[in-house]
Amino acid sequence: MKHKYIVGIYDDDDKLVDAVKRFAQEGYRVHECYTPFPVHGLDIAMNLQDTRLHTAGFVYGATGTLTAVITMTLIQVMDWPLIVGGKPFFALPSFVPITFELTVLFAAVGMTVTYYLRNGFSIFKPVEIVDRRTTDCKFALVMCCKQYNKDDEQQAIRQLMRETGAEEVNDRLLNNELLPNLYKHGDEHAHAAHH
Amino acid sequence: MHYSSPIREPLIQGNRTYADITEDIAKGTEGKVGMIWVVATAISAVVALIGVLSIAYTVWKGIGVWGANRTVDWAWDITNFVWWIGIGHAGTLISAILLLFRQKWRTGVNRAAEAMTIFAVICAGLFPVFHMGRVWIGFFIFPYPNTRGPLWVNFNSPLLWDVFAISTYFTVSLLFWYTGLLPDIATVRDRTKEGSFRERVYQILSFGWTGTAKQWQRFESLSLILAGLSTPLVLSVHSIVSFDFATSVIPGWHTTIFPPYFVAGAIFSGFAMVLTLMLIARKVMSLENYITIAHVESMNKIIVLTGSIVGIAYITEFFTAWYSVNTFERWVFIRNRVADPYIFGPLFGVEPAPYWWAYWSMMTCNVISPQFFWIKALRRNLWVTFILSLVINVGMWFERFVIIVTSLHRDFLPSSWAYYSPTWVEVGIYVGTMGIFMTFFLIFCRTLPVVAIAEVKSILKTSGDQYIAKIGQEETDLHNRGVSLADKAIHDVEHHGHGGHLAGALHHKD
Repeated sequence: MKHKYIVGIYDDDDKLVDAVKRFAQEGYRVHECYTPFPVHGLDIAMNLQDTRLHTAGFVYGATGTLTAVITMTLIQVMDWPLIVGGKPFFALPSFVPITFELTVLFAAVGMTVTYYLRNGFSIFKPVEIVDRRTTDCKFALVMCCKQYNKDDEQQAIRQLMRETGAEEVNDRLLNNELLPNLYKHGDEHAHAAHH
Repeated sequence: MHYSSPIREPLIQGNRTYADITEDIAKGTEGKVGMIWVVATAISAVVALIGVLSIAYTVWKGIGVWGANRTVDWAWDITNFVWWIGIGHAGTLISAILLLFRQKWRTGVNRAAEAMTIFAVICAGLFPVFHMGRVWIGFFIFPYPNTRGPLWVNFNSPLLWDVFAISTYFTVSLLFWYTGLLPDIATVRDRTKEGSFRERVYQILSFGWTGTAKQWQRFESLSLILAGLSTPLVLSVHSIVSFDFATSVIPGWHTTIFPPYFVAGAIFSGFAMVLTLMLIARKVMSLENYITIAHVESMNKIIVLTGSIVGIAYITEFFTAWYSVNTFERWVFIRNRVADPYIFGPLFGVEPAPYWWAYWSMMTCNVISPQFFWIKALRRNLWVTFILSLVINVGMWFERFVIIVTSLHRDFLPSSWAYYSPTWVEVGIYVGTMGIFMTFFLIFCRTLPVVAIAEVKSILKTSGDQYIAKIGQEETDLHNRGVSLADKAIHDVEHHGHGGHLAGALHHKD
């Protein structure tokens, strides 16, 4: 089954953000936006949930810290105590560099892997591109026709896209559904108001 | 609300649009391969081959083929290791520390500098690995349960800290660099012909990046935290490298000033290498609009800062040795380093130091030469910058040579005093790593976007010349009408809901 989307193409990041704000005001939920660079304020305008990647980073980092301290203690205190340069077996200052390095290593690797997984990145699965120009100079606003399935709703969306300065409004059929976004709770009201 | 002053120099020249930026940078990876590139890569590959052969010879015969001896047991090899690691410091500094400091000029050079970091760390890693002699048991340096006792590594040793520091540094730099590359690889992918082999390759390399709002939101979070982690990491790596020396009991090595002094020196040499290569790349690849004179000047300012820190460290070290009235410290600094046959030797009334020429090469190249950059006209002169960047890299190599060899060659027992000079094998490995580095760098220049396309686009509206000129013009007009900029901004916000009249600069966050 094909999945239908309405794609508005804008030529400027400010126009896109204004358009997204306008859609929110009118009570629509913007399904997705594609931009060639990070547009600040876009996630807020779309009412996207904040990322929890930094929290995950903290957990990974703390795991690294504990791994380093525990491993070094087990090895140097329990398994094979050896006097080196008259230092105590549990030589905490000597442990600082490796503890620090492993904290950074775990946090960085963990966060990056999480980032790739959460984004659904894969080298095996070819990705369906909504509009090739969105990695160049165009900005796309995508509305989901499954959500707005009535003809008059879709007509209103196309109209609003043109009003907000879209230079093109295209219908796009995709083989796979686009990944859904998580929205903040406050959005429910705006969404309900529309219906 | 961020605002870019019109007195700030534009960082993107030539009235570029988003589409122009893509075209200018991505075209470097497309079309026919240029003759210059082929010749340069061929030469680099041949030089790299010399390195590989020298390394193979070393492994075959043992490290006895080097000039290192029982007294000077660390020599060229460790000098080169520290030198390459130092060069690798500019990339992370530019991409991490300058990101935290919100330095927009970083966007022009961060990609190439990070690539240099990765290649430099690869080259650096070769030296200690082959210095171990029996490389096939090199994995003994990692702590793992083993059948030798179990005999564990020594966690009190800075050499082991180095293993962790360098491998973490390499991994984190690689992740940071590659994740930053994803959007730009996608840009190149989307310019290829549909269904072509090129598309498939870049499709795989891009991991299916599409640039959704969520991907960017997470990307920003990841970049910021990786930058926050890399900042102490980059400082820790060269601090730990300096611990290799500073925790010993060798006069000339065991100085507490080493960590900050090594870090400053690393950034100093790293920026010099970035300048050397980027001055060539911007010319050959026509990137003058993105790597402007303003970028070069900013880097030269960092060079004069770090060069002066290094200079102060040299003088402090010398002063402390003299002030300590410690015979051994004084011996190393005066008799092994400073005393030349013409001025300081006669002045102190001592024999000239065997390596006085190395010490004074270091002082000339590292302390005197960057001082030229106090003069604005020289900071902005490309030829002066290029020549001084080469001079600085020579100087920074001599710094490591001086620290290692002059401190070792006359130890506590005069009967074991020795002189060190390298053999062709050591020279071959060193020259070879330059070939390896250049080969990697040239392949990178040809296959991946050399400038961070997405990041340059994100600063276009605050740093593009046409926008800055527009803001400047508006400000002049307002000034002539007697309206202050603040009044205008308040007026805009009250009446239009945004500051849109100032070319997007006022409501465009940094």
